[in-house]
Amino acid sequence: MPAEAMAPPAAETKTIPITVEFSGGLELLFKNQRTYKLSVPDVDPSTNAATTVGYLVKHLAADVMVDARKELFVVEGSVRPGILVLINDADWELEGEEEYVLQPGDAVLFVSTLHGG
Amino acid sequence: MSGPDRIPPHLADETASLRARIAELEAELTYHRAAASPPPSTLDLTREEYLRYSRQLLLPQIGLPGQTALKRSRVLIVGIGGLGSPAALYLAGAGIGTLGLIDHDVVETSNLHRQVLHRTSTIGLPKVLSAAKALRDLNPHVQITTYAEAFTPGNAEDVIAQWDVVLDCTDHPKLRYLISDACVLLGKPLVSASALKLEGQLIVLNDPPGKGPCYRCIWPRPPPPESIISCGEGGVLGPVVGAMGVMQALETIKLITRPKGKELTQPRMLFFSAAAETMWRTLKMRGRREGCVACGQQGIKNLGSEEEYALFCGVPNAFALEEEYRLSVRQARELVLLGTKPLLVDVRDRTQFGICKVPGSVNVPFERFLAVGEGLPEEIVGLLQEERRDVVVLCRLGNDSQVAAKRLLESGVHGRVWDVRGGIREWARIAPEDGIVEY
Ligand SMILES: [Zn+2]
Repeated sequence: MPAEAMAPPAAETKTIPITVEFSGGLELLFKNQRTYKLSVPDVDPSTNAATTVGYLVKHLAADVMVDARKELFVVEGSVRPGILVLINDADWELEGEEEYVLQPGDAVLFVSTLHGG
Repeated sequence: MSGPDRIPPHLADETASLRARIAELEAELTYHRAAASPPPSTLDLTREEYLRYSRQLLLPQIGLPGQTALKRSRVLIVGIGGLGSPAALYLAGAGIGTLGLIDHDVVETSNLHRQVLHRTSTIGLPKVLSAAKALRDLNPHVQITTYAEAFTPGNAEDVIAQWDVVLDCTDHPKLRYLISDACVLLGKPLVSASALKLEGQLIVLNDPPGKGPCYRCIWPRPPPPESIISCGEGGVLGPVVGAMGVMQALETIKLITRPKGKELTQPRMLFFSAAAETMWRTLKMRGRREGCVACGQQGIKNLGSEEEYALFCGVPNAFALEEEYRLSVRQARELVLLGTKPLLVDVRDRTQFGICKVPGSVNVPFERFLAVGEGLPEEIVGLLQEERRDVVVLCRLGNDSQVAAKRLLESGVHGRVWDVRGGIREWARIAPEDGIVEY
């Protein structure tokens, strides 16, 4: 099937391919699927600026998550306490947190803290 | 030359009795020496120890200085379970001078698949005693101090002050914050790990003391209490938690034997996931948080109370269904087997439902109720439309079933609705003949 024919008429928006991974039980909130290969627009339509991790978090909560318990992922628009966000295996606090601008090929990992022992 | 016949006969007897007396005195001396237990300030290794530690002594990273440092060190393990067991075994094996063990639990059957220090023969014993027994058998050179008590704000400072390095092998965030705070307060490095299901995490905190981040720097706010899952609820695979405990022992040995000035500057978290494509990952973590309430500029001056730690971490909203909607196992059994034959809905997850089930029950996992937010999961709506019967809800312990029953009541089902007090566990005790087991 000619995939090109299905594409919307040449818009200026490009997409960024990224990988999103959930662990520590968070995958249960995302159809029990650990890894998602996603394409996000390179420009955030709501801000007209380059797409950030902050946009990704909102997108995941609104469009990817099917579970009704949104508060187990997002609280007051931000990732809830007890979840670490790693961008390419580095704590997002080292990368500018929500302001980090997504790059093609980025791997974003959401890890819920474990307590068992 | 004097012949044997010249030996006065009493000499042999006297020699024998003196030998016996010497042996007696030597035994007494050994006992007193052991009791006085000169702390491993005797840095010399015995001949037996050179041989015992030979394979690690050969490593340039250990050598005699490393082995001496290990023998001189005092390491505290908080929690002697799935993490603490392998950690203690490897640390005792490696020749740590003194090991401290603190835990208030006793050994239970369901511990044994992962808590490899304990034995079937030590079920019912305090974990610290069961552990001390196994560790002394492994390496009698290690001094062992046991605390058969809970780790609390009341004893935290007195206990931790006695040790050089602390391992957090506990299972609740409340304790993790407390241990970290105490380590910050007393300037001790903390090797912290956790595990659940098929995953594990490990991070070395407050290392070097006063420089590295603490638990609160990494997790300033606790997770919501309803997101906290214990090994008893979520399950855990033995080798997964075992691997994390072994890694804690490794990090502890590295910390003790590293040359001065060789501390890591970039905090890292070791992340293990048995089911992921990449099983082991090292994650780069943030450093000390300036505004950290524990280790930041203000810093803590003293620990909070038990209540403060409990309040900080919160407790899940316990929901209680009104008594009129609750059945005992006996009542439920009569209804299901002999009475009006209500629909028996088991809300445990599919895995647990696969372990054992009441004949004729249907499975609608509790997760499904939570995931839909409000109203009822489709599958139960279908069941109720087919048969306008009464409904009995059953879970593992009798907690989730109350919430699910309430949801059914609120959704206006036609028949009556109850849950079962004590759930499957109680059922197994009352009527094992139904094929129900406690697990
Ligand atoms: Zn801190």
